[in-house]
Amino acid sequence: MSSDWPGVRLHVVTGKGGTGKSTVAASLALALASHGQDVLLCEVEGRQGIARMFDVDPLPYAERRIATGLRDPDRGEAGSGVVHALHIDAEAALMEYLAMYYRLGRAGRALDRFGVIEFATTIAPGVRDVLLTGKVYEAVKRNSRNRGATEYDAVVLDAPPTGRITQFLNVSDELAGLAKVGPIKNQADTMMGLFRSPRTAVHFVTVLEEMPVQETADGIAHLREAGLPVGGVVVNQVRPRDLRVKDLAAARAGSLDRAGIAADLTTAGIGVDDSPDNSADDLLDALLSEAQDHAVRRALEDAQRKLVKELDVPSYELPRLAQGVDLGALYELAAQLRDQGLA
Amino acid sequence: MTGPHPRVGPLASHSTSAPVLDVDALLDDPQTGIIVCCGSGGVGKTTTSAALALRAAERGREVVVLTIDPARRLAQSMGIELLDNTPRPVPGLPTESGGSLDAMMLDMKRTFDEVVESQASPDKAKQILENPFYIALSSSFAGTQEYMAMEKLGQLQRDARMAGTYDLIVVDTPPSRSALDFLDAPERLSSFLDGRFVRMLLAPARGPARLMSAGFGMVTGALSKILGGQFISDLQTFVAALDTVFGGFRARAQQTYALLQAPGTAFLVVAAPEPDALREAAYFVERLSEDRMPLAGLVVNRASPVGHGDLSADEAMAAAARLRRTKPASPTAPLTAGLLRLHADRVRMVERETVLRQRFAAAHPAVATAVVPALAADVHDLSGLRVIGGLLADQS
Repeated sequence: MSSDWPGVRLHVVTGKGGTGKSTVAASLALALASHGQDVLLCEVEGRQGIARMFDVDPLPYAERRIATGLRDPDRGEAGSGVVHALHIDAEAALMEYLAMYYRLGRAGRALDRFGVIEFATTIAPGVRDVLLTGKVYEAVKRNSRNRGATEYDAVVLDAPPTGRITQFLNVSDELAGLAKVGPIKNQADTMMGLFRSPRTAVHFVTVLEEMPVQETADGIAHLREAGLPVGGVVVNQVRPRDLRVKDLAAARAGSLDRAGIAADLTTAGIGVDDSPDNSADDLLDALLSEAQDHAVRRALEDAQRKLVKELDVPSYELPRLAQGVDLGALYELAAQLRDQGLA
Repeated sequence: MTGPHPRVGPLASHSTSAPVLDVDALLDDPQTGIIVCCGSGGVGKTTTSAALALRAAERGREVVVLTIDPARRLAQSMGIELLDNTPRPVPGLPTESGGSLDAMMLDMKRTFDEVVESQASPDKAKQILENPFYIALSSSFAGTQEYMAMEKLGQLQRDARMAGTYDLIVVDTPPSRSALDFLDAPERLSSFLDGRFVRMLLAPARGPARLMSAGFGMVTGALSKILGGQFISDLQTFVAALDTVFGGFRARAQQTYALLQAPGTAFLVVAAPEPDALREAAYFVERLSEDRMPLAGLVVNRASPVGHGDLSADEAMAAAARLRRTKPASPTAPLTAGLLRLHADRVRMVERETVLRQRFAAAHPAVATAVVPALAADVHDLSGLRVIGGLLADQS
């Protein structure tokens, strides 16, 4: 199976809160590494979500090896690449940046002493985002200033949510009016060159509900206005499809074949009602009302799925996992993303 | 069926179940003047706030709800799709209860501008509003939205007290990057102005040049080198201008903070039955108690609806497998097997969520909890909000 995004080096994963964007970012990193690639998974929101998902100690501001990529059956034993992780912290990124680009000497220490570092990373508008995206840029386009650093085939960014993503990546605009000239301005422009290029793709994670789908549509429109490259839409937490289409209609209408189902339950050994409390009838009622509920939700999902299709970008689907997402589940989801062509 | 099974395993114990949150008692209590709904993004805070406000109004309270980012259709049905930063009556509300409901959507930048305009002379206000630094700060400063939500809450509360317009204010909080930005934002804005760097920037405007230490010269030199000289001069103009109006900011931020701690305020932490959302909720609960903010309880939204019947997930899956093997298959066999698999999926979801909630309750046994089952369809009108309100109140 070949990837829909062969030329992409930087995969940015965004989504509305609660849609599972971090899970998808982690799965995508594992899937990309299955082609023997070395992948870096970055987080920028200080939540240590990667450490929790991969069950490792909280990550420092340093690239750490956290997992072996998804096994690729075509490549045999030697195939998989490695996933590294980086927790990007704005203050550390600023200090590193200053050390890498400026020999400030005493002035550098004075910056810290006078609270400029704290000021720049917590208060100065836009600067924080520029520092975070700047480090991501550095990881994608390693240069001679960072000697001995791993060169990655792909970088996956677990990015801020949909409502903020365009602003976050549009660093030139954020700085416009604040830093009109000078090296920072030039560097922001260079970063925009990468973010706007076909080597970047911004993927949206959504669930099949009205508001997240609407936000995805808005987010895609904003990205396009800003000239940033739209990737795919990952539809997450899709309900199981255990009922056939014609049964769904009957379930919604409450006209499923009650007698037939009752007979089947007896055949299956759970319908025999020798107890006086009519529990078989209760079970039948429960199954039918669950079916109706499910059918209503499926209809809602189908309506939203249609809207996702109309967005006219490639879409991918991941199932809702009734038992939650652990490390093993990340690999399962990674396999599904790879098979569908996101990686 | 073999009759009811004795419960074993993690669900067997009831010792860790949380006390029940009595929503109607909270809404009906005339002492409750402010309800703040907080929680991580995507857990249904806006819907919960709107549903609580509607229910309170229909139970006779005079309510205003301050929302941050409602879904478009919900905003339309509440008559607040226009951002004008002023509460408007929600149309089509029966008033036989004697209550009323107004709603507004927060316009962060406008609230900020209004504060500046109310604190500074017209000339000075104009100078601030046009400064590029102010424009960036008022629209993208981390925490501005949170701070402005609290500022607007303070305004509404002062107006309500003077004019007697509302006796209950329900506030939705912005989806914060870090959990309680709305508590920290006033402090952060203050520390911005009290910070050594900003005082240094102000020094030349205020006093003799000798205050310009060698260290400061070095710092501005380094900054000019990196950011360009314009940056420093814009910032200097901005800070000098804003400083004169900020005394008012700071005093009001402190007032609002005190208001939040007052007994008439009730915090509701909103979560979804997911590990991340409940972890955030636990953090909120701890942080609120550290800051001595009155916590009323936890609302767990979007819980998988508990089914009836006591067929376990394993039994359902086994029965579905048996049905598949039975030859000849009845015409309904695939349907029935599908129903059994659906049932198993649902039971597993419910079990997992119950364990998560019980763990929360074990760590925070005093937090009263209300569980709201997920609805089959999205909520985007008053009748949907009414249903949610009913589910919030009915915890039997």
